Amino acid sequence: MSAAAPPNADLAVERHGDGTLLVRLSGTWQLGSGALSSAAVEREFDTDPPERVRFDTTTLGAWDSGILALMVKISALSRAHGSEFDASGLPNGLERLLRLAEAVPEKGDARAEDAEKRFVDRIGTKTLETQSLFRDDLDFLGRFALAMARALRGKARFRMSDLVLLVQQNGIDALPIVTLVTFLLGLILAFVGATALQSFGAAIYVADLVGVAMVRDMGALITGIIMAGRSGASFAAQIGSMKVTQETDALTTMAISPMEFLVLPRVIALSLMMPLLTLYGNAMGMLGGAFVGYTMLDLSGLEYFQQTAGAVGLNDVIGGVFKGSVYGVLIALAGCLRGMQSGKSSSAVGDAATSGVVTSLVAIIVACGLFSFVFYLLGL
Amino acid sequence: MAYGDFVLQRDLTFDVGMGDIFVIMGGSGCGKSTLLRHLLGLNQPAEGEILYGNDSFTHAAPADRTRLLRRVGVLYQSGALWSSMTLAENVSLPLGEFTDLTPSEIREVAALKLALVGLAGFEDYYPSDISGGMQKRAGLARAMALDPDLLFFDEPGAGLDPISARLLDDLILELRDSLGATIVVVTHELASIFAIGTNSVFLDAETRTMIAHGDPTELRDHADDERVRQFLRRGEA
Repeated sequence: MSAAAPPNADLAVERHGDGTLLVRLSGTWQLGSGALSSAAVEREFDTDPPERVRFDTTTLGAWDSGILALMVKISALSRAHGSEFDASGLPNGLERLLRLAEAVPEKGDARAEDAEKRFVDRIGTKTLETQSLFRDDLDFLGRFALAMARALRGKARFRMSDLVLLVQQNGIDALPIVTLVTFLLGLILAFVGATALQSFGAAIYVADLVGVAMVRDMGALITGIIMAGRSGASFAAQIGSMKVTQETDALTTMAISPMEFLVLPRVIALSLMMPLLTLYGNAMGMLGGAFVGYTMLDLSGLEYFQQTAGAVGLNDVIGGVFKGSVYGVLIALAGCLRGMQSGKSSSAVGDAATSGVVTSLVAIIVACGLFSFVFYLLGL
Repeated sequence: MAYGDFVLQRDLTFDVGMGDIFVIMGGSGCGKSTLLRHLLGLNQPAEGEILYGNDSFTHAAPADRTRLLRRVGVLYQSGALWSSMTLAENVSLPLGEFTDLTPSEIREVAALKLALVGLAGFEDYYPSDISGGMQKRAGLARAMALDPDLLFFDEPGAGLDPISARLLDDLILELRDSLGATIVVVTHELASIFAIGTNSVFLDAETRTMIAHGDPTELRDHADDERVRQFLRRGEA
């Protein structure tokens, strides 16, 4: 071995009189060591394809798959132009690798179709996909209704212990974050309202504002949004992961419906917990308002409470709790739906969780809008 | 069997006889596991019908399907144990749902089934706490919970060391002899195919249909199709 390190990769081409293209490779041809370009060889083929290609690798140092890629390209070029490919000048290992790389011809239909569809085609395809997705969603709802009917007759198959655990996970475990968010929401509402109302000397009405806003709509909605993120995602991910491990298939082939075993307890748990969390959130929100009242507006707790009690009626409370329970059902259904529709890879489960949250959010916001409209029409 | 417009396999017609150990084999990607899914009702055939005895399975009403599936036990490739339940709870679930046993009787039977597959003492372990081979055995205990007369195994030998694979083969034969079960196995482990298979169907990925049907040993020696003989001889001529 010479003392000096071999120089960087070099490729030289020589034309010989007998129509041979001699490719001289020297130096260290490895993936990390700079450009491995076959441009010189390609130029030769473009201008005047030789009858054969030979190689001189006497000054070639260490090599790895970088040079193999080059060889494959040159070999393909020779095939395309009908030139003879003389591999005898290559190191033995390289020659064998080249033969291995070319041993199995490329399977005709294996390469995925990547046709860049026209814009109009894409709109059409997307519409058809959406239509079938919509059908899937309706299918899910229908199956759920059947399962619910069986549940009401007492014939649904799920474990009570699962239901109890879900109640804990989606009720009690959610208290800290519901406390924090609803308290702050009440506080913010009060702060914003106070700033405006103070200029009219009507600061006391902050209590009305926070009370009515929280109890009628905001308590249920913000709690719903929190639970969409918490429960919507977790239901979708739990069920999606079970699809990946074939646990849902195992249920089906054991004649236990995943709809009854997995979805039903989740919907029941959330529809029981959401009204309670809504009430709790309402209370926390009013507490936040009272905090602002006490610190900013010099309202005593009693004054604030009395003012609120005067503004908020039982109808409002019941209406808000009802909305909360509807949101609960929607979140659970959306999360479970996306979980059941999950693909079979880990990234698909992640997508299902995201979709579970987004669908839950959309569902409850739309429901909120509808409720506002209907309640207005009914004069509630 | 089709996914949308893509037909995976066509013109599959075969009978699984009672007491058979029926092997579904073929090269990778030919649709063996998909065929199994169809036989279990997890996928619907694009065309055609599956019959259990004289009852149509494909067109059965849900209640009838439930009744037919109660006679079936399935061992999935990775066990497919329900990860939020212990091994005992996994085996007890079908017992609780479909029998009238008392809870203590169920506990006893579940412990017995686990002991039969060599997992005595592991009743309160969760699936994630045990090895892959043990998960498979637990899956088998669960598949046998209701003493089914029809068992399906999806690649039972996958990931098992040679001794465990042999023990599993012996267990399959034992199940056939003592329970009188009919067993359908999806596999390409040649040793197992010849050790236990009495009947088989060979699915081909290229032509997308079945190209052989019968006793594996017969097919190895006398199959019409070259590819089948090659497969069964591990590539030797």
